[in-house]
Amino acid sequence: MKPSRFVYHDPTTIAEAIDLFGRLDNALPLAGGQSLMPMLNFRVAAPDHLIDLNNIASLSYIDVNDNGRGRFGSMTRQRDLEFSGDVARVFPIFQEALSHVGHRQTRNRGTFGGSLCHIDPSAELVNMAVLHDGLLLTASKAASRTIPASEWVQGIMTSALNPGELLTGIELTAWPEGHGFAFEEFARRHGDFAIAAVGCLVIMDAAGLIERAALCVSGLSPGPVRLVSAEQLLGGQRPSHEVFRAAAVEAEGLDATDDAFVKASYRKHLARILTYRALERATGGRVRRAA
Amino acid sequence: MIDTRKIKVTVNGRAHEREVETRMTLVDFLRHELDLTGTHVGCEHGVCGVCTVLVDDLSARACLMLAVQAHGKSITTVEGLANRDGTLNMLQQAFRENHGLQCGFCTPGMLTTLTEFLAHNSDPTESEVRVAISGNLCRCTGYQSIVAAAMQAARVLRERKT
Repeated sequence: MKPSRFVYHDPTTIAEAIDLFGRLDNALPLAGGQSLMPMLNFRVAAPDHLIDLNNIASLSYIDVNDNGRGRFGSMTRQRDLEFSGDVARVFPIFQEALSHVGHRQTRNRGTFGGSLCHIDPSAELVNMAVLHDGLLLTASKAASRTIPASEWVQGIMTSALNPGELLTGIELTAWPEGHGFAFEEFARRHGDFAIAAVGCLVIMDAAGLIERAALCVSGLSPGPVRLVSAEQLLGGQRPSHEVFRAAAVEAEGLDATDDAFVKASYRKHLARILTYRALERATGGRVRRAA
Repeated sequence: MIDTRKIKVTVNGRAHEREVETRMTLVDFLRHELDLTGTHVGCEHGVCGVCTVLVDDLSARACLMLAVQAHGKSITTVEGLANRDGTLNMLQQAFRENHGLQCGFCTPGMLTTLTEFLAHNSDPTESEVRVAISGNLCRCTGYQSIVAAAMQAARVLRERKT
């Protein structure tokens, strides 16, 4: 028996859950448990109250149709995202990104919202939320809020949630049918936390020029960052080695942090290489390099 | 104050009812309350894969679930994999024939993980098998013999289907 003592609560409705959060001190929500359970086992986290969200059926849904938006309940399992035909059709990059999220055994339990609230700096699903201009829907006793994904990460593993507030859903903006996509990451082991990762979406016009591109870099700082300067530079360009290289170099201008294992300069180097590869693949394959 | 709950869990087809402390993990429940020590405890933070069990037929880390969360669910552990007459099932037999285990510590997690995998994909490539067991650490075999065992089991499964 490893976790320290807590009182376990298993609400079945959102109202019940936010009521518990509103009145209990030192309470933590338990989503899929793939990050919080290790922290409890190690006693890195020692809540007095554990509020299990797994029995709240209304937090688990995938609502994707062809209206240009997708809505997901915060307790939607990563497995259900991975095997959803609707997600594969409208948000095709998800399957690629999810293949890097842990392993089958952890995706069977792990949730979209759990990943968004834990905020590992290289978490693929946080990248997906920022890449798709996501909105995070929250509820608390005081009010419901809608928080742009770009404002979600406030610091190292710290979200914009207020005390007593619960993430209930995620809304994403879909890209037009037929858009190009690629998710590239570098990790030392399959399924391990990546050192750096890049998500990329592209739309080409009839003339073969890049109409619009989105690039989102993870692993360099506490949260994923959109590579806005590169996105602007790519608009209207014909895919080429030179254009991709110019865009990729922008990744080296991002802020990056050192840690005990990886230097900031190496993270930036990876971000540049992965940006190039993602662009190459998202626009349909290798481009001719100038001699 | 000790927080406890009464839970009902079906494990390997048998119904159990127990009063458990809510902070007890599922793997400790299986081992200490039900004496099902076939499921091993390794890292206790979801990395090594030895505690993998099937929860309603889907693989999960039993160290990352609380026993209370298994209330009303059906769990399959390595003890539940053998044939009804007690002989090894085709996956276990394939492990035996291919030296898919040496010390045996990782074996319960490998078997449960591959049971789920083969149920959805009975015609896998070797690289798909390697991805499937990427969340299970083995320090003896170098994985070659485990992959060979999984490929053999898949062959047997396909032959049975036709």
